[in-house]
Amino acid sequence: MPTVSLKRDLLFRALGRTYTDEEFDELCFEFGLELDEITSEKEIISKEQGNEKAQGASDVVLYKIDVPANRYDLLCLEGLVRGLRVFKERIKAPMYKRVIPNGEIQKLIITEETAKIRPYAVVAVLRNIKFTKDRYESFIELQEKLHQNICRKRALVAIGTHDLDTLSGPFTYTAKKPSDIKFKPLNKTKEYTACELMNIYKTDNHLKHYLHIIENKPLYPVIYDSNGVVLSMPPVINGHHSKITVNTRNIFIECTGTDFTKAKIVLDIIVTTFSEYCENQFTVEAAEVVFPNGKLHTFPELAYRKEMVRADLINKKVGIRETPENLAKLLTRMCLKSEVIGDGNQIEIEIPPTRADIIHACDIIEDAAIAYGYNNIQMTLPKTYTIANQFPLNKLTELLRHDMAAAGFTEALTFALCSQEDIADKLGLDISATKAVLISNPKTAEFQVARTTLLPGLLKTIAANRKMPLPLKLFEISDIVIKDSSRDVGARNYRHLCAVYYNKNPGFEIIHGLLDRIMQLLDVPPGEKKGGYVIRASEGPAFFPGRCAEIFARGQSIGKLGVLHPDVITKFELTMPCSCVEINIEPFL
Amino acid sequence: MADGPVAEVLLQRLEAADGGLDSAELAAELGVEHQTVVGAVKSLQALGEIIEAELRSTKRWELTTEGEEIAREGSHEARVFRSVPPEGLPQSELMRLPSGKVGFSKAMSNKWIRVDKSAADGPRVFRVVDSVEDEVQRRLQLVQGGQAEKLGEKERSELRKRKLLTEVGSWRDRPFKPYNFSAHGVLPDSGHLHPLLKVRTQFRQIFLEMGFTEMPTDSYIESSFWNFDALFQPQQHPARDQHDTFFLRDPAQAQQLPMDYVHRVKRTHSQGGYGSQGYKYNWKLDEARKNLLRTHTTSASARALYRLAQKKPFTAAKYFSIDRVFRNETLDATHLAEFHQIEGVVADHGLTLGHLMGVLREFFTKLGITQLRFKPTYNPYTEPSMEVFSYHQGLKKWVEVGNSGIFRPEMLLPMGLPENVSVIAWGLSLERPTMIKYGINNIRELVGHKVNLQMVYDSPLCRLDAERGPPSTQEAA
Repeated sequence: MPTVSLKRDLLFRALGRTYTDEEFDELCFEFGLELDEITSEKEIISKEQGNEKAQGASDVVLYKIDVPANRYDLLCLEGLVRGLRVFKERIKAPMYKRVIPNGEIQKLIITEETAKIRPYAVVAVLRNIKFTKDRYESFIELQEKLHQNICRKRALVAIGTHDLDTLSGPFTYTAKKPSDIKFKPLNKTKEYTACELMNIYKTDNHLKHYLHIIENKPLYPVIYDSNGVVLSMPPVINGHHSKITVNTRNIFIECTGTDFTKAKIVLDIIVTTFSEYCENQFTVEAAEVVFPNGKLHTFPELAYRKEMVRADLINKKVGIRETPENLAKLLTRMCLKSEVIGDGNQIEIEIPPTRADIIHACDIIEDAAIAYGYNNIQMTLPKTYTIANQFPLNKLTELLRHDMAAAGFTEALTFALCSQEDIADKLGLDISATKAVLISNPKTAEFQVARTTLLPGLLKTIAANRKMPLPLKLFEISDIVIKDSSRDVGARNYRHLCAVYYNKNPGFEIIHGLLDRIMQLLDVPPGEKKGGYVIRASEGPAFFPGRCAEIFARGQSIGKLGVLHPDVITKFELTMPCSCVEINIEPFL
Repeated sequence: MADGPVAEVLLQRLEAADGGLDSAELAAELGVEHQTVVGAVKSLQALGEIIEAELRSTKRWELTTEGEEIAREGSHEARVFRSVPPEGLPQSELMRLPSGKVGFSKAMSNKWIRVDKSAADGPRVFRVVDSVEDEVQRRLQLVQGGQAEKLGEKERSELRKRKLLTEVGSWRDRPFKPYNFSAHGVLPDSGHLHPLLKVRTQFRQIFLEMGFTEMPTDSYIESSFWNFDALFQPQQHPARDQHDTFFLRDPAQAQQLPMDYVHRVKRTHSQGGYGSQGYKYNWKLDEARKNLLRTHTTSASARALYRLAQKKPFTAAKYFSIDRVFRNETLDATHLAEFHQIEGVVADHGLTLGHLMGVLREFFTKLGITQLRFKPTYNPYTEPSMEVFSYHQGLKKWVEVGNSGIFRPEMLLPMGLPENVSVIAWGLSLERPTMIKYGINNIRELVGHKVNLQMVYDSPLCRLDAERGPPSTQEAA
């Protein structure tokens, strides 16, 4: 969930009133936001770097507010204040208008070289804007929040904003060999080639995260104006030449990306949010994009869409009984201008360009419920009549684990993920013999595979509890995973039961006795005859020679028991003998 | 320590002695109470492997009042024998003698006497032998003389059965050191259940009490399709990033997907439908085939709902599951790469947000949580969505206890569920309520091999509705 950090006093001034912390927290809760933390720059620095470093830092109170991940329109002070003021019926939601300029319309031409790397671009102009320091910072911050969220760290969309007065259109969006791109990037004093820049930014804590998006491509995307000035090399860096400042009056905005829908949403969010500071409030100057196929599109779209929802549907889905008029009022408070039409039960809702999150009637219904107040809804119990059933495998597991404890063994709960070493090398096996599923992106060796046996987990549990009095008697009943091409996903779980006995003596008879007890519990008689169980001498790399047996029950092999090989014991950092049993319990369902 | 000097003497004597010492003899020799020597032995044993001690018991036997009488006067049967003159005695007369009834049958079975039932004046008793050995008296006299050990175990137990002999602890009249009742008892040897799984048992119980059927969740490996696409979670969603989810190298792809349904899902994502605008992006089958370790059990819920949708006509269902899920996240004191998710689902005609809140109220009441409120939130596959908060007495604030919502039509309709069927659902982690309940601050002490077994041994029953946690649990939240 994105968090926006706002200066409290600035926020209250924009909201037109002050709140106590509790009151504001309450307001956030009701609206679906969360006042996560009340802090200050000074407090943050002092927490992270110590009191000394915090000397002289600002102690202006900051509210850190969690915003729902689909509400891009609330990611900065301007949007949040607008949403809350409409919610509290202080203002009406503004109507955003796209205007065609009197003079020449700005134009961006996309060349076909971009197709393979970053094919989409949309553009718009904010005309006669008036920044202050706070507004300017908010403008930059919003772009950053959008980059981190909907833009997926610039992979899907990257935003460039430019001082239009330093540039001259039409603009060209193309892709070139990195060595052929040369410009003075933002906040640098000299020109570099794209190759040089990629090197320089490798150590840049902010920009290094975006390099991978284009790094290994033969061509890099780049935008030029008609004089060959570089506006930006998306998604990495803008040119210094067109840098915006607090004094910039006319802003050219370009959003490039691989996802056309998201690029259009991002552009809409930026221009709707900041057109408030334009001389003609809430108007945005249109600009054109010529796609490689010659088609011409005008942006921003700023599309308003009409949806029709029946009032009784809203009442039925939420569980309330409001008149259509009241429901329309509730929706209007959520920036969804609504009115009752037709037979008096239809509500027509206008979805503004700021609310890209509204894609279905259920989104509208949720907004009605939020405005009604979740906590005002009458709780009722559904009349759904059902008979409960347990999942048979879990039912058996529950019964068995209680009796395992009654037999004196203590239950462990170990990880399903582990290292290859745990299930293979340490048990004297080759990984290919385990039929284990392999994880492609583990951050550490602890998450290389899903376990194929419960034994390593139990042995590691003993190793971590060597200070406990002996004997240690542990068990676990849980799932292991094996590749199985007959399953849709190519792997399946098996429910295993594993128990270990760790003491000064190997205690094979104790583990053997436990197996006998388990079979007694499962009503499996000893003996060769059908339906019975036997153990037969066997061997395995994990076991001491001559001290291993395979367990057969109901006509199939279900596992092994035995005394562990000293090598296994040593590899798990243990010092004493240990015997174990591990079986698959699924044949007993 | 009071035992100090005795312990020292004990060690010196032990060193000199061959084959050990008798604590009672040593006590007598030193002129101290036997308990003082025993105390010294115990404190030396407590230090580790310094001395070995074995418990020797000597039993003492004592005659009962009847036994004393027999030792003095002879056994009942001997007395009966002696009462019978050579010419015999009428049985009725014999029976009137003090030892008559008891002695008669015993003397009979010893074949010392016989009865002549044909005698004229009723049955008459005659001697069979001339003289008898009163073994019983002799044995009792031995015991009396302090030589009980000369009797065999069988002989003693026979006398005890006849209530002539009792075993006396030598301790009956002895003075003892008073018990320290504030000391702890010795815990019984036993196995123990894991606290997290005890809590799991309770949650299962709660769902079963509420009539919820358990869903199969026995596949950790899931395709991206069931884990994300089926839930209308777009393919560019951050949760589908390598940084958040464990993907598989082998088997990398799910080979079988229900293709009809897959096409409906694809269309809904890329073009919309079922009243939805869709996400308008290029949905890729390859992305849906990617195998992963399931990031939530909602994938199992999606499979269960899909199966439900194939049953015609629709029947209402209540489902639950509690099982492991996996996240490739940054680990800290409260986050591991795997944890247990608890999930409840109700599918029926005309379910409302008010129903969801009503079910949640009942569910949390069973957990002992009564003060609830609901916050709007965003989940990719529920709309409306609500976070559940409860008032935490210790922290004096509202804390999140669960997440919930109504599944999106874009998820349900492609499955084939009827349009007027709603599905409400909620979820929470098993670890968090367990950590709060058992006052555990570091999740590694609870889950995984670094668990503190002592904690497992010591953890109380899990009774979610019956208690407030100890004060330390207040910090854990």
